[in-house]
Amino acid sequence: MADKVTDVKADPAVRRLAVDVRDVSLTFETADGKVNALANVQLQIAEGEFVSFIGPSGCGKTTLLRLIADLEQPTSGTLLVNGVTAGEARLERAYGYVFQAPALYPWRTIEKNVMLPLEVMGFSDSERRERAKRYLALVNLSGFERKFPWQLSGGMQQRASIARALSFDPALLLMDEPFGALDEIVRDHLNEQLLRLWDKTNKTVVFVTHSIPEAVFLSTKIVVMSPRPGRIIDIIDCEFPRDRTLEIRETPEFIKIAQRVRNGLRAGHSYDE
Amino acid sequence: MPVLAVVLALLAIWYVGAVLMNMKLVRDGFEREETKYTTAELIAGTMTAERPLLAAPHQIVATFADDIFGYPPNSPRSLIYHSAVTLSATFLGFVMGAVFGIFLAILIVQFRTLEKSLLPWIICSQMVPILALAPIFIVVLGAIGVHGLFPKALISAYLCFFPVTIGMVKGLSSPDPIQRDLMRTWSATPSQVFWKLRWPSAVPLLFASLKVAITISLIGAIVAELPTGGQAGIGARLLAGSYYGQTIQLWAALLAASMLAAGLIALVGLTERAAARAMGARS
Amino acid sequence: MTERQFAGALAIAVIGMLAAIGLPLSSEPAMALYGRPLPLTATLAAAALFAAAGLLPPVWSIAAGFAGVVIGCAMSLDLLGDPAIAGNAAFGFWLPVLATWLAAGLCVTRLANLRPRDNAVARTVNLAIPLLFGAMVIYLWEVAVRGFGVPAVLMPSPGATAVRFVHSLPMLWADFVQTFILGMLTGYVIGCGAGFMVALIAHRYRFLGQGLLPIGNFVSALPIVGIAPIMVMWFGFDWPSKAAVVAIITFFPMLVNTLAGLAAAGHIERDLMRSYGAGHAQTLGKLYLPAAMPFIFNALKINSTLAFIGAIVAEFFGTPTQGIGFRISIEAGRMALDVVWAEITLAAIAGMAFYGIVALAERATTFWHPSYRT
Repeated sequence: MADKVTDVKADPAVRRLAVDVRDVSLTFETADGKVNALANVQLQIAEGEFVSFIGPSGCGKTTLLRLIADLEQPTSGTLLVNGVTAGEARLERAYGYVFQAPALYPWRTIEKNVMLPLEVMGFSDSERRERAKRYLALVNLSGFERKFPWQLSGGMQQRASIARALSFDPALLLMDEPFGALDEIVRDHLNEQLLRLWDKTNKTVVFVTHSIPEAVFLSTKIVVMSPRPGRIIDIIDCEFPRDRTLEIRETPEFIKIAQRVRNGLRAGHSYDE
Repeated sequence: MPVLAVVLALLAIWYVGAVLMNMKLVRDGFEREETKYTTAELIAGTMTAERPLLAAPHQIVATFADDIFGYPPNSPRSLIYHSAVTLSATFLGFVMGAVFGIFLAILIVQFRTLEKSLLPWIICSQMVPILALAPIFIVVLGAIGVHGLFPKALISAYLCFFPVTIGMVKGLSSPDPIQRDLMRTWSATPSQVFWKLRWPSAVPLLFASLKVAITISLIGAIVAELPTGGQAGIGARLLAGSYYGQTIQLWAALLAASMLAAGLIALVGLTERAAARAMGARS
Repeated sequence: MTERQFAGALAIAVIGMLAAIGLPLSSEPAMALYGRPLPLTATLAAAALFAAAGLLPPVWSIAAGFAGVVIGCAMSLDLLGDPAIAGNAAFGFWLPVLATWLAAGLCVTRLANLRPRDNAVARTVNLAIPLLFGAMVIYLWEVAVRGFGVPAVLMPSPGATAVRFVHSLPMLWADFVQTFILGMLTGYVIGCGAGFMVALIAHRYRFLGQGLLPIGNFVSALPIVGIAPIMVMWFGFDWPSKAAVVAIITFFPMLVNTLAGLAAAGHIERDLMRSYGAGHAQTLGKLYLPAAMPFIFNALKINSTLAFIGAIVAEFFGTPTQGIGFRISIEAGRMALDVVWAEITLAAIAGMAFYGIVALAERATTFWHPSYRT
């Protein structure tokens, strides 16, 4: 369903909006009173973009992602995904969600785990098999189909969970600190692979992270957020080519953007608590 | 709130069940005496039948209260008397079982051979319906001249040592290797390791298993009273009720047993809290 | 235990075996060991094997030690065949028994301290240790009962029980069918099934679940076996009343455990199913039930012992003239303890077999659970 956008450098404004967040607020009722998780958030994400949410813990970046996924409902404001409400988009199976933890079901083999959403969505048996094979190959896990998740390393598990999110070919990929628990070398490697994947498939990716280099390296757009109440304080465009490699991290442009992100984070957050 | 609602619903179902199940009994009674009866009389009859198939809750509570308060506590008709008999066997058995269970657990944790050779049999012994062997104990112990409280307590003890042993073995071996290494770096003696690390970390599991053990102990004491044709105790009361078809009395005895069980668990719970406070926890 | 301690303790066993040769076997007039060629040879052989065990490297020493133990056991059992010894056994008889016991204990300890690298060997060793331990207990029981001449009304010997068991197979089979298959199994299936279904419903409707869980927890702790006389009144003396007791006893643990299990699925896993737009039935089948399996099997295991107890205790309140509980209470009253012990053996075998089947099914279904991963 993802219509191929061949020329990425074309004006993003003419592309359809994958996510359209307008004046969204969310307050939680807790035992200690009301908590302003998000206040008046405005955000437009065009199709084919790679957008990172970055901010300190408690800034609502995960909450915003969960709102897009209809795992939470906003207290006020409107939120459209592919032009329909988040709830409708969820039922249309418009997005794949990758959580902080791999959350693979331990009683299923890797292959069966990738087939789980396909079973839920009623794909045919042969289609399920074929897709599991294809997406496991895409994340370099061919040959591990019959293993159980707990027999694999953390990085491999997270790759399997990405294959699972891709398996039903959603145009939108929501990723919540997917590599947060992995060591830096594995993380760099997976970041590169994720970029290749994004370049190849033309999906829209929304990516939550608290690592500045990760955000700058991956994104076409960085959304800097700040807590109490959770809000967006800066949106930074990143103009690196789609086929960037890890080497760009040494370039002055990269460092400049990273600096801007760091400044934004510092301005929005007091560390004396 | 939901608990209350479900309890009320269950009570309502009970009453409906009582009416339906006792209906035939009451109707037969009326017809034998060839009296005319109305439906209202019929339903009223099901609520007050002397030997109903299913006693109505209010009948049980009335009989229960009567059995408790209606007689002096040392009369063999008083439920307090029977409860006391069962309770003493329960307590004695529980204490013996718990002490033995803890002792066994300490041995098992200390000696690898015992863990490998004895523990599997202790576990296996639980798959054998030990409670069913209660009569043998009573008979065999009776044959060698041991009567009264002790055989019953022994059955209770035999039943309830198991959860304590298992819980304690788990608890005593629960400290992390890191914590044990830490004790090693301070060159702590084995007894220091035991009292400062193993024992405190076993306490929560100890109380969890004591709660299980005390209910099993009660069940053991009750069942031990069944086969001997015992004269006293809740088990004897159940047996008598079943012989003479005194259903309401049966239910009252069951109610007493349930309240005993709840009371005993609460008692262990209180001890647990006291122990936690003694160990410095804030309540 | 060090090598030296091990060898020293075995030396004591050797001395015990050899010292017995000159001592009287019985308080009655009877020939001592030196006048009985076969037992004498056996004693010497056992002593030699124990000595070898003290000197050889670990694996061989264990083998030699156990060979000696087997010979020692056979010897004392053979001696008990002499009516002059059985019941009047004296120091010359007990000394080799004690020496054999010591040697067996040493060898089991050494076996337990072996740490084989190969998994299959380790598993075999872990299985062999309790079996050897059990065999030793049965041997000591047999020797003690026959050596001291304990009257059969108090405690029959394992051998006599085994003979009684083989001779009364038809009766035992009838009791087994009555109590185990008709009474217990029927009730078990009904009770567990009902508990499971109610848990599914209570899980679907939160209000019901919130109300049922504390009640179920409470009732699980009550002495429900006491319901048996009432069930006998309702359903009569035959197996349906036993099945009813079993069904009621097994219902609550199943309900409580299944409810806890259905709540065990993690938040992320639930969000995952939600992000797929899965319906309740799909989430139940693909997430909640698999995640609940360890809990359900826990209930099945708890219930397998509870059910058996319930079925037997219910028979104390009245039965047709067969059934394990009925037989135990009747024969115990008649002091026919060998029949009682045969029934106990039957109950033990049936109980363990049933538990074993449940445990195997558990391993096959919840192999993924952290407690089973290898």
